[in-house]
Amino acid sequence: MVIRFAGDSGDGMQVAGARFTAASATFGNDLATLPSFPAEIRAPAGTLPGVSSFQVQIADFDILTAGDAPDCLVAMNPAALKKNLPDLKPGGTVIVNTEAFDERNLAKAGYETNPLEDGSLQSYRLIQVPMESLTKEAVKDTGVSGRDVLRSKNFFALGLLAWLFNRPTEPTIEWCEQKFKNKPEVAAANIAAFKAGYNFGITTDATRVTFEVKPATLPPGTYTNVTGNIALAWGLIAAAQAADLPLFYGTYPITPASDILHELSRHRNFGVKTFQAEDEIAAIGSTIGAAFAGNLAVTGSSGPGIALKSEAISLAFMTELPLVVVNVQRAGPSTGMPTKPEQSDLLFSLYGRHGESPVPVLAIASPSDAFDAAIEAARIALKYMTPVILLSDNHIANGSEPWRLPDVDELPDISVPFATVPNSEKGFLPYLRDFETFSRPWAIPGTPGLEHRIGGLEKEANTGNVSYDPDNHQLMTDSRAWKVATIANDIPPVEVDQAGDEPGDLLILGWGSTFGAIKAAVRRARNAGHAVDHAHLRYLNPFPANLGEVLRRYERILIPELNSGHLLRLVRAEFLIPAIGLNKIAGEPFRIAEIEARIDEILGEPAQVAARR
Amino acid sequence: MTVTHTRADFQTDQEVRWCPGCGDYTILASVQNFLASLNRPREQFVFVSGIGCSSRFPYYMNTYGIHSIHGRAPAVATGIALTRPDLSVWVITGDGDALSIGGNHLIHAMRRNVNLKILLFNNQIYGLTKGQYSPTSEPGKRTKSSPHGSIDHPFNPISLALGAEATFVARTLDMDREHTTEILQAAYEHEGTAFIEIYQNCNVFNDKAFIQLTGKEERVHNRINLEAGKPITFGPNGEKAVVLEGGEAKIVDTAAVDPGRILVHDPTRSDPTVAFALSRLSHGPYGPTPLGIFRKVRRPTYESLLDHQVATAIAKQGPGDLATLIRSHGTWTVDANGHAVEAGANGAPKAGSNGAG
Repeated sequence: MVIRFAGDSGDGMQVAGARFTAASATFGNDLATLPSFPAEIRAPAGTLPGVSSFQVQIADFDILTAGDAPDCLVAMNPAALKKNLPDLKPGGTVIVNTEAFDERNLAKAGYETNPLEDGSLQSYRLIQVPMESLTKEAVKDTGVSGRDVLRSKNFFALGLLAWLFNRPTEPTIEWCEQKFKNKPEVAAANIAAFKAGYNFGITTDATRVTFEVKPATLPPGTYTNVTGNIALAWGLIAAAQAADLPLFYGTYPITPASDILHELSRHRNFGVKTFQAEDEIAAIGSTIGAAFAGNLAVTGSSGPGIALKSEAISLAFMTELPLVVVNVQRAGPSTGMPTKPEQSDLLFSLYGRHGESPVPVLAIASPSDAFDAAIEAARIALKYMTPVILLSDNHIANGSEPWRLPDVDELPDISVPFATVPNSEKGFLPYLRDFETFSRPWAIPGTPGLEHRIGGLEKEANTGNVSYDPDNHQLMTDSRAWKVATIANDIPPVEVDQAGDEPGDLLILGWGSTFGAIKAAVRRARNAGHAVDHAHLRYLNPFPANLGEVLRRYERILIPELNSGHLLRLVRAEFLIPAIGLNKIAGEPFRIAEIEARIDEILGEPAQVAARR
Repeated sequence: MTVTHTRADFQTDQEVRWCPGCGDYTILASVQNFLASLNRPREQFVFVSGIGCSSRFPYYMNTYGIHSIHGRAPAVATGIALTRPDLSVWVITGDGDALSIGGNHLIHAMRRNVNLKILLFNNQIYGLTKGQYSPTSEPGKRTKSSPHGSIDHPFNPISLALGAEATFVARTLDMDREHTTEILQAAYEHEGTAFIEIYQNCNVFNDKAFIQLTGKEERVHNRINLEAGKPITFGPNGEKAVVLEGGEAKIVDTAAVDPGRILVHDPTRSDPTVAFALSRLSHGPYGPTPLGIFRKVRRPTYESLLDHQVATAIAKQGPGDLATLIRSHGTWTVDANGHAVEAGANGAPKAGSNGAG
């Protein structure tokens, strides 16, 4: 069951959606969410650009995406209806706030006639609710006044949905009491509106039919519901503990990465030092300083900010300091669509630097995966003394899913000892490489006898002294590249989710946030009779050592990406394999059906395939 | 821990490669001698620089050091100072590095009062790139990149630092090692950002830029030594004095004014107005120019405030517990049959905070 809350950006649809999600989670449903809000914090009220929506899929089986077409749409005004109706499933339920359908709002949304009256909604189950007057009536004794009265109407809608979908009411009531404990009148108004909406559902004939979604079957364990940004922040705190280092997060506010800063800045009691720098360059500059000084040093941003950090990433690469650089990708280029997801920074992550400066690149596959990915990025950065780029995107960052909590006592030990004594007869050689990892020693200020200087100028092998020697530059360039390339031997091989005993007719290769949509499409294709396998890459640089061998098992490889074909180019160039792409750059995730259709296109209708066999 | 050092302990085995006669040599010697005098273990010093002639400085200091990116030294140094208050962190920069490409980082380090000692070698020219005008070059200056004369209005670095809320602002001269050492000592003792503009002669691309302050004939007429608690007078026999008039600092004949009107220097004034007025006595080293400490006031350092927040949070909430943290948004339990058996009251996180609320 897919439910979408849509209204004006001031209508509180994100809150209503999040509360509905929370109530569903406590009820034990599996769920996935997809918030969508305009970049302008408040676009003009009532207009199409001002529409904000929040979609949640609840189900009684494990689900992988926030769903394609909603089964139920809550539209708080004509613009929300106009923008979201095309997505609604035929026969779906539409709940509208009738009082917003006046001439002015209809005109703003571009409606010539009122869709509630002209019969255009006949193929849907329409539930009309005079939400504003009912909300006004419900909150009249709570002490709120003026504009605050109508602000509670999102809770009215939420109450109605709670009844329709049989959600428990206590979590929302408790949340209101907690959230607005300093504004008791607001808490009272929201609760009153919520209950009024719930009761409206109970008492009106129009909404007599109720839906029932049974709790999901998930592996046993303790679960929480988590967004990608929160899981990433927690993962960084966990990584610092696993590395036995203090965490430093230097950053500059940018959508959609800021929530990582917000979350980390709350946790000073973990010894976390967050630093809101004056700009993106200072953010990574401070992080480089913190890395030199002996911290787990992390910076985070989105595409435009990462572009500004490019020169500093090269410095971290040249000085061989451990650094995690988080890029929560958004639709670009330039300011682009800051609140929309895209995977278009992959080639930029691999190649967007001056000079020969390959750095490890990892990608997060889903909101809860951000926790483990953060620890893994830190592990590689510390062990190999290198900046690591960790790719997220807006879909992961703001989307949420149930997360089976790990046992924090079993986190991997990713600590790396600091150098404490000279490593040669000639004293301390800051660029004397480890035989196994090719990594250089990490000697932090305050350590007697290991005083040394690093910097952006080319270093002489071993001594780290400035060198313009041609052979040395070749050697150091090769050494740095080799160090990063050998990480392939220290990461898990890519695994294939294989339909049968033998490789199937098609391999779908993905990376990042497309994981859920690909997984679901593969499942549907298999149900329809296709032999489709799926592999998902966490490591984009270097690739897992077995990737070429895996790819060569398949005649057909499809690479779906929310970009113009970045991984596709890499795979073709690296392995000379004629993989094909499915590419979408629309600022929204793949729909399962889009991938499914492409599978059918490549393999033929399932019946034809069966006939050929 | 105290140790005994000589200048040699702070020298590296690297050949110093500034042009012969460069003012940087004198500054390097002053700094090395000063650090040796502190008897503090040298591993506790970090020198961070950007790009430019002066920024080669860390390679010649036998301490920890980073030669970073053009203009970014204050940012890199901030990351060190914030996480390691046990260290003494120094920034070496120049007029192009600090005031042009790195202007943003310089002002923000100063307003935050990060415990950094910032030495700005001001030679009023780009040396490393071979002679273009800089943000402190005088108007009309003819250089390779301004053959018709520079039309850029220059910064007054002292005024800029005062405007950026710096808590310690001083100016000295490369050639005057005694004065440089005095200023270094005061800066070292200051808790917070200490900004020192050092007039430094580039004998290749901008020779004698500071002749009014260094020339045997000229300096006695033009050096205005700022000394705390003393009336500000200068000249061979103190025949010139500084007074405040209508909010501005003015140079007058000492004999012509009531001695009570002569400004008594007090760098600890909490309001920077008088220090700013003094900084406007000259817009460059072209006539009577104040040298010394313009401002020295107390304000908590950024890192002390940050450490205080950490300590307070730990005192109030106890040391962070990861297992508790990941359960803080509410949990539910799924049993072996796949059923939710326990539900917390608050199972979901907040929505993305940049949307409607």
